[in-house]
Amino acid sequence: MAVTQLDVARLKKDFPIFERVVNGHRLVYLDSASSSQKPRAVLDAMDHLYETSYANTHRGVYVLGQESTALYEGARERVRQFINAPSSREVLFSKNVTEAINLVAYSWGRANLREGDAVLLTEMEHHANLVPWLVLKEQLGIELRFLPISEDYQLDLSELDRLIDGVKLVGVVGISNVLGTLNPVRHLADAAHAAGALLLVDGAQYAPHVATDVQALGCDFFGFTGHKLLGPTGIGVLWGREELLDAMPAFLTGGEMIRDVRLDGWTPNELPWKFEAGTQPIAEAVGLAAAIDYLEGVGMEAVREHEVSLTAYALRALTERHGDKLNIFGPSEPAARGGVISFAYEGVHPHDVSQVLDEAGVCVRAGHHCAKPLMRRLGVGATARASLYIYNDEADVDALNEALDEADRLFAF
Amino acid sequence: MPGLEDLYREIILDHYRNPRNRGELDAPPARRVEGFNPLCGDEVVVYLDVADDGTVNDIRISGQGCSISQSSASMMSSAVKGRSAEEVRALIRAFKAMMSIHEQRLDGSEEEEPIAAEPDVKLGDLEALQGVVKFPVRIKCATLSWNTLAQGLDEAAAEAPTG
Repeated sequence: MAVTQLDVARLKKDFPIFERVVNGHRLVYLDSASSSQKPRAVLDAMDHLYETSYANTHRGVYVLGQESTALYEGARERVRQFINAPSSREVLFSKNVTEAINLVAYSWGRANLREGDAVLLTEMEHHANLVPWLVLKEQLGIELRFLPISEDYQLDLSELDRLIDGVKLVGVVGISNVLGTLNPVRHLADAAHAAGALLLVDGAQYAPHVATDVQALGCDFFGFTGHKLLGPTGIGVLWGREELLDAMPAFLTGGEMIRDVRLDGWTPNELPWKFEAGTQPIAEAVGLAAAIDYLEGVGMEAVREHEVSLTAYALRALTERHGDKLNIFGPSEPAARGGVISFAYEGVHPHDVSQVLDEAGVCVRAGHHCAKPLMRRLGVGATARASLYIYNDEADVDALNEALDEADRLFAF
Repeated sequence: MPGLEDLYREIILDHYRNPRNRGELDAPPARRVEGFNPLCGDEVVVYLDVADDGTVNDIRISGQGCSISQSSASMMSSAVKGRSAEEVRALIRAFKAMMSIHEQRLDGSEEEEPIAAEPDVKLGDLEALQGVVKFPVRIKCATLSWNTLAQGLDEAAAEAPTG
């Protein structure tokens, strides 16, 4: 009996890539935390723009320019609805989450942080939410503090009051891309605001998997990326509260983001275009809107329910079959996590795990997952990571399980 | 399509399970060199006892990595121990030639002159790693310890007493 209500077999048919055969096997794609596959609807929406309505946005008075602009700005409105932002003026397109967080660090950070000011992050952040702040530490002399990780791979909040005292900004990953941990964003938002700080959420693994309401989360900045959400690469989103964005200086400068340029100065455009320099990824924005349409057609509640069920199945099945040889780095409670399952296999390095799995058509990521401080904290150089999405089912988990037998057999002493 | 047996030869698995010259040397007097593969997080530490004339008197390997990087480091340590600077340099060139000839072929430039091989150098067990070239993403695993060794030898040569 299926552990989930989602009709995965039907959904899979919407994704052309699942017709692909890899090493003689059907494709078992378990690397959506790295990047997701794309449904036909996304590819068609992008093709349709290029084939019928493509022109640069906000420039031409001709029909194509108007249509292209309407599609691009329509995508912004679609994103606004998706994350329940109060205004589309607060929805900025960026290249990805990395660029979105760099925007906050570069623009808000430089305008608001001085030597000695503190920023609180966590030990489970992706490099994207570490390095921009490490740069400010080097350049401005800000202090960085870190929320530690508890035994069950949750954030340890026992010292939160002490650590958050006096900080200007708290940055947290919504769902860890390594551990799968679903972090208490609302709790941290309230604590940050009580301490006079802002809350930034790295939503890369959150928005594609959990119904996202930036107002209910109570955060001040929220970034996510299209390519992990069934959309194309090259398009991401930064949402920020309007009064914050209004007061922030421009980030990248040049075309599109200006109101006026003189030889002795310039005036920025209004929100959201103030933060969108140069010709934007127009087709990618349209593709992202199509991905959101597709996901909401499935229903974000159903997506989350499916992933919790499938994660529960995977944790149980993997542990039953491989026992102590398998060490899973992440919360044991499925409802406290996303469908990201990082593991070590006794006697088999993660690269070799990934290589042997590939032979069976099973795609998992091996490496440090752009979270080297977390790897050090876990005491490993790398992990193998299987991550689940709407097009995965129990058969995919079973294929992983069987392929791990082969890795065990090959490397057995 | 290359199979896993091309990659995981028995001799590679043997060196992975029973690494030779595993450990550390007191540094100093030994030289300690670190190599990182930033893509995957693998790291190797090569400890070298190099004589003034460049002879590799002793070598130890520590660090962590996959079967390919660890077995390559293990085989390398056996191959270079007690060898003169010239012999070790020739071995490094021969090994990298074995790894990069196929890289060129993958670029579609099979007709071009391959990187000069070292016809007089016997690679021995190291030839088992030839299968790695069929798995391009793993070539960096195999060459990590060799690049680290070369860096250590360069540093040793730069600091060696002249004359």
